[in-house]
Amino acid sequence: MNKNCPTEYNPWLHYFAIATAITTFLLLGLGGLVTSHEAGMSVPDWPNTYGYNMFLFPIGKWVGGVFYEHTHRLLASAVGLLTVILAVWLWRGDARRWMGRLGLVAVLLVIAQGVLGGLRVRWHMDNLGVFHGTVAQVFFILVCALALLTSRWWLQLSAERNWVSVPAGLRSLFVVTTFLIFLQLMLGATMRHQHAGLAIRDFPLAYGQWWPDTSPEAMARYNSQRVEVVTETPVTAFQIILQMFHRLGALAIFLAVTLCAWQARRQLGRRDGLARMAAAWHGLLILQIGLGIETLHSNKAADIATLHVMIGALSLVTGALWCVIAFRRSDATPKLAGNRANSGELNCPAVLALGGK
Amino acid sequence: MNKILSILAVGMVGACSAVSAADIVGTVTYKGAAPAEKTITPILDDPTCGASYNGKAPTTHFYAVGANGEFGDVIVSLKDTTGSTGASAAPAVMDQKACLYTPTILTVQTGQKLIVKNSDPVLHNVHLNPTVPENEKANEASINAAQMPNGADLNYSFVKPEKFLKFQCDVHPWMFAWVTIVDSPYYAQTGADGKFVIKNVPPGKYTIVANHRKAGEKTQDIEVKDANVSVAFTFEPK
Ligand code: HEM
Ligand SMILES: [Cu+2]
Repeated sequence: MNKNCPTEYNPWLHYFAIATAITTFLLLGLGGLVTSHEAGMSVPDWPNTYGYNMFLFPIGKWVGGVFYEHTHRLLASAVGLLTVILAVWLWRGDARRWMGRLGLVAVLLVIAQGVLGGLRVRWHMDNLGVFHGTVAQVFFILVCALALLTSRWWLQLSAERNWVSVPAGLRSLFVVTTFLIFLQLMLGATMRHQHAGLAIRDFPLAYGQWWPDTSPEAMARYNSQRVEVVTETPVTAFQIILQMFHRLGALAIFLAVTLCAWQARRQLGRRDGLARMAAAWHGLLILQIGLGIETLHSNKAADIATLHVMIGALSLVTGALWCVIAFRRSDATPKLAGNRANSGELNCPAVLALGGK
Repeated sequence: MNKILSILAVGMVGACSAVSAADIVGTVTYKGAAPAEKTITPILDDPTCGASYNGKAPTTHFYAVGANGEFGDVIVSLKDTTGSTGASAAPAVMDQKACLYTPTILTVQTGQKLIVKNSDPVLHNVHLNPTVPENEKANEASINAAQMPNGADLNYSFVKPEKFLKFQCDVHPWMFAWVTIVDSPYYAQTGADGKFVIKNVPPGKYTIVANHRKAGEKTQDIEVKDANVSVAFTFEPK
């Protein structure tokens, strides 16, 4: 194929990438449920399940926490399989070499993810759950990006190049904000993998103060009063401070995303796709903060806490994809009419297909 | 020759003190209102576990406080004493029954065998969380062990003292037990009447420690001569 040709749109590849992304999102949710139900260690062995080959584990034994952990492992295997197929397809069927490489990275990530999850169980290291949760988010970004990059919309955008370019300042603002969200997710994952129940219950105050007392006497007092049904573990000062940072992080992110939405609208115009996306992002973050507060009020009801994880992942992905699109649109010189002939794209069949819009 | 003499001397002293040993008897009281216990509602969501409860979920038992403040589940021990007799002591037993650990507070000596049973028709995973590395190492093989219905008993034994080592089941996330490991036979755990007896304590000065998982720790300095000593501890809300 002529390497100057724009990539041909392959609808099935694109749908397949979307299916992989959606399955990954469901897997994230199921993984969130495992942690919400404190079921991460309910299947003591790996890769076997209670001594059975995991695919032959009898359904009658999928009880209590085992149900979440086991279905998580099964769905994870499905995502692994989808990822491998997607990678092979990209490698062989996408003219962009780097797409094949991205597919390979996805495969490596999904393998790392499986091994991390397995070692967490085998080594009894709850802390690995934090990395497992973080890598999951990165992997999710990657498959969503693959779905975006294989879309007709993206290929058309790249071929036609008739965009309003996104100023560097605006791009940096979004990159920094997305990174803040990433840090917030890591903080959140660290909190969840303390397996200690909520370190602070009240909001916006914390133990009745703007900044809670974490002296040893205060900690002893909090713990002597604490009665938990699940995760009955003493709370530590570290955990309280972790949640305080998560709260401050939420405030910082909220302000940053508000600024992003406002600036995108101001600099790109209200009708620009990226401005709209930024507005939706803003809405997503308001929802996310509401869910965070509700997580506290519901004393960490498993469904609410899990939704908080899932919307958190969507917030991150929205920011990341915004940045990907913005960098695509960073070119300061929009394509002039007639360029196409000059760049040797004349004989490209895909252009004709795309141009037929 | 000198060596033999000194061994003899030590042996004599040991024998004498055993003869003149006394008991420490005492009571532990909780004065004031303990935090309210919570109902273990999720137990009813599990069909097998719920079947034992006829729609009425049990509660937590973190503060076992009687009508007159008798404080149960307090572990009383003599600080820095050693000479565990765990190896020859009868094994301690912990059961899993109706999807709860019984008892939930238990004390064993180093070297003593702890047997964990499963009397339930469901599988549990017995998951230990030692904070003392030696105890983790000593029980590595069954640190998170599946136990099928009527499965074989699990055996544990600990090498170092540790307070409230947490046992949990991740299949049933409300299932907890806390095992305290002491390094000498001079310990006791209060019953529902808030009383305890530490038997055959050799004469000497000691720091006696009362430990409750939630209410914390209290200490007193005591001296044991050849008559029984009585000790009273009082805990209050912090
Ligand atoms: C910018 C907004 C926020 C984002 C992006 C965010 C993100 C997250 C994520 C992703 C997790 C879970 C991580 C994991 O398990 O992998 C989490 C946990 C948590 N978040 Fe947030 N959060 C935000 C705001 C808030 C707010 C405002 C609160 C409430 C004060 C809150 C309370 C919590 C709590 C309590 C947890 C732990 C839940 C548990 O242990 O199950 N979050 N957060
Ligand atoms: Cu269980």
